[in-house]
Amino acid sequence: MKPVGMCRMCLVEVEGVRGFPPACTTPVTDGMVVRTRTDAVEKIQEGVLEFLLINHPLDCPVCDRGGECPLQDQTLAFGPGESRFVEEKRHYEKPIPLSNMILLDRERCIQCARCTRFAEEIAGDPLIDFVSRGDRTQVLNFAEQPFESYFSGNTVQICPVGALLARHYRFKARPWDLATAETSCTTCSVHCRGAVQSSSNRIVRLLGVDLDPVNHGWLCDKGRYGIDWVHADDRVREPHLRVGGELREVSWPEALDAAAGEIRKVLRMHGPGAIAVLGGARGTNEDAYAWARLAKGVIGTDHVDCQMGDGLPAEVVLGVRRAEIDDCDRAGAIVVLGPDPREEVPVLFLRLRRAAKDLGVPLFDCTPVGGSLAPYAAHVARRVPGEPVGADVVELAARTARERGGPLVVVAGRPSVAEAPDATVRSIAAFGALDGVDVRVLSALRRGNVHGALEMGLAPGFLPGRVTLDAGREWFTQRWGGVPAGRGLDADGILRAAAEGRVHVLVLLGADPLLDHPDALLARRALEGVPFVVAVDAFRSESAARADVFLPCTVWGEQNGTVTNLEGRVQRVARRVAPEGTAMDDWRIASELAYRLGADFDLATVDEVTDEIAAVAPAALGATAALVRRARDGVVLPLREHLGEIVVRTRGLSILAEEGAGTSWDPIRAGGAAPAGAPAASGEPAPRTRRRRPVPARTRRRPRTRSSTRTPRASAPPTRPRCTSGTVRQAGPPRPRVTRTLCAS
Amino acid sequence: MSFFTDANLARAREIVARYPSPKSAILPLAHLAQDQHGWLSPEAMEQIAELTGVTPAQVFGTCSFYTMFKLRPCGRLVVSVCTNVSCLVTGGPEILDHLERRYALDPDVTVEEVECIAACGGAPAMQVNYEFHERLTPELAEDVVDAYKRGALAPRTVSGARAGGAA
Ligand code: SF4
Ligand code: SF4
Ligand code: FES
Repeated sequence: MKPVGMCRMCLVEVEGVRGFPPACTTPVTDGMVVRTRTDAVEKIQEGVLEFLLINHPLDCPVCDRGGECPLQDQTLAFGPGESRFVEEKRHYEKPIPLSNMILLDRERCIQCARCTRFAEEIAGDPLIDFVSRGDRTQVLNFAEQPFESYFSGNTVQICPVGALLARHYRFKARPWDLATAETSCTTCSVHCRGAVQSSSNRIVRLLGVDLDPVNHGWLCDKGRYGIDWVHADDRVREPHLRVGGELREVSWPEALDAAAGEIRKVLRMHGPGAIAVLGGARGTNEDAYAWARLAKGVIGTDHVDCQMGDGLPAEVVLGVRRAEIDDCDRAGAIVVLGPDPREEVPVLFLRLRRAAKDLGVPLFDCTPVGGSLAPYAAHVARRVPGEPVGADVVELAARTARERGGPLVVVAGRPSVAEAPDATVRSIAAFGALDGVDVRVLSALRRGNVHGALEMGLAPGFLPGRVTLDAGREWFTQRWGGVPAGRGLDADGILRAAAEGRVHVLVLLGADPLLDHPDALLARRALEGVPFVVAVDAFRSESAARADVFLPCTVWGEQNGTVTNLEGRVQRVARRVAPEGTAMDDWRIASELAYRLGADFDLATVDEVTDEIAAVAPAALGATAALVRRARDGVVLPLREHLGEIVVRTRGLSILAEEGAGTSWDPIRAGGAAPAGAPAASGEPAPRTRRRRPVPARTRRRPRTRSSTRTPRASAPPTRPRCTSGTVRQAGPPRPRVTRTLCAS
Repeated sequence: MSFFTDANLARAREIVARYPSPKSAILPLAHLAQDQHGWLSPEAMEQIAELTGVTPAQVFGTCSFYTMFKLRPCGRLVVSVCTNVSCLVTGGPEILDHLERRYALDPDVTVEEVECIAACGGAPAMQVNYEFHERLTPELAEDVVDAYKRGALAPRTVSGARAGGAA
């Protein structure tokens, strides 16, 4: 936001300048001498504070902000201590609703204009503004038009006093009683950084945390306020087993034995092809990995899909050259194929809007029906639903990107589930076929951790780390003891097979096909056709209610682990509260089931799972728990291409990972190969120049966690398979291999 | 549904076209709307927002800054009585008090108290639809208002434009 000098707390003395200019709106000039703590300045600060406090009520004891209030802090640090104002303060009705979620206490407002500026400059929907004038000045919405912005919660967070209040949080806690953990929002696939706060083992608030490459500190309201469900009354808190047609509460061993027993029986009688797994996009990477290993490595089925017939083929998502969100800022052009980002991946909308509006990047709105980005688009090229983008638009976008320099970022997701993915795939292919343009794709799939689940192999034909079944067969057989014989079915296929009675055990990993699959009729027939359903879920959704065994799992806020966003950025999510009831992490459920099926994963902690992923999943190689924990901005996969960008957190500050900084990491030395980052790699062109310097390869120290004996890093393993986008071990920029293949067809 | 009459809508478009940035037209359009309707209703602000490409909240914010825009229904005659220093000492408050009582139930007349209207030389002063009247007494003031009511004096619009004149 641009500085406006509203509160006047930063008046300073500048040598040679008359008066006291506000520091925030005074640009620095060469040789300028600024004094911030002279007697005169201090007197002014006291005066300003006295004025700010004239109409500010003294209801701090019942104010949500009390204890974390910048106005309190400023008063303590710079205030006069005493007020000469003895008159009656201004009075208003307390508080009034600006919308269903946001309340405003006008008495507390100090007219700093942060909220109005946010609404106009950042969110682009100025539904609130200053009204009236003088001491009557107040923030208001318009008559019958409530402050219903998708981003309204940010104004509550940035309001420096307790004027803007969130209905969800009001009177829930005192700030000093809150326990905080840094985490990422996983409501959609952007994974905005946040701080989850709890009081008395209940999650009460999610605040935005500034993660420069992702969310700039903002959250959308569905992420910020969509947290109450964690403690909802209808959470399933204990395992259940269907006995005599009814789901009855049972112990964990009973439930797990029942599920494993049925799987074993079906395996014996019908083979692995009679078992299918749907879902897995709402958990962590560790959950997805453990389930992929259970399904593909232990059971041996490839009928696994974390999408619900509403996404894009895994080949495309994993195969294309990925963009980072920051690429939008320096892009030559941005093309949006769908969906409307504000609806599905809201904070990405803020970034796209900023790129187009404030940074002047030409944006091509190629969504079939248009939406929130249209006002900022340089070109609006509506495509017919079901049709790919026209060749003329592709050419124009390419020409624009070439002329301006910088990558061509294609934001690609399903505009609507009524439309087959083909049009989107063909459009991506058309861009991928361009010559002389650096095309990068941001896959705007919406499910929380769908990218993590895809990377971990919860898709037919794939194994963890962006490798296909065939490419990874040898490597994973070595590590897992086996992989499926051939490519399995996707969600549509699984449901059709189920409807035809060919699936005998269906595992629903938080999946609710009845509600979520575009073809509800097919989903219904499928669930009717499956003799045995295992639901791993937190709620008794319509589909999960059909379960024969219900295994309650932990959810966001109760789980530690890592997640992967739409850029391929791996970040940690944090456990802030103890799980409800006896809910168990999905990965633990998977390893318990595996154990009952005769395979010992030997994974005791979530970090061990992360480390196993970092050791066996080609695209995730090196992304160990220790590294992800310390990497300030998370790590972008494949790690190999982003060596120089890892910023390590030390005492809450982000610093460059430099020699002697006391931090180190060492991508896995697998297959006896030189550690990644060895001389062969240092000649690799940096993906892009950044303010962060790459870590000099030779100064990197060995990690302390390397010697784990558990990671299945067998001696003399087969050569590691290549992950789909480029290679992991070999130098050279990744090539959008899949895209090329698509173009050829 | 359009708030503006056809003629005024055409006029509004013309006004918007005069400015390099459409939102500069908010104030003239607010005058136009108030002249048409007698006050600035939410419907009026919504249409102004639409014509100038901003949100209704922004039109509301802008217009509420100026006391000459009436955001609630008011009489066709707005009587602004000054009670600032010069008028205070020469009987402004008495005039205000008298007029407020006299027209309390008259839907045609809205009496309001205002700060100095820069007619101190002729204090006590008031305006009727922004037409000045000076050296008043409570009785004289009432006569003036009545003259407008009868039609003996031709009032300006509630925005202060000469009747039939440009916005
Ligand atoms: S409501 Fe809060 S953010 Fe908005 S102007 Fe008032 S003090 Fe500032
Ligand atoms: S954009 Fe997505 S990740 Fe970010 S706060 Fe909203 S729901 Fe959460
Ligand atoms: S004081 Fe009344 S006009 Fe100036």
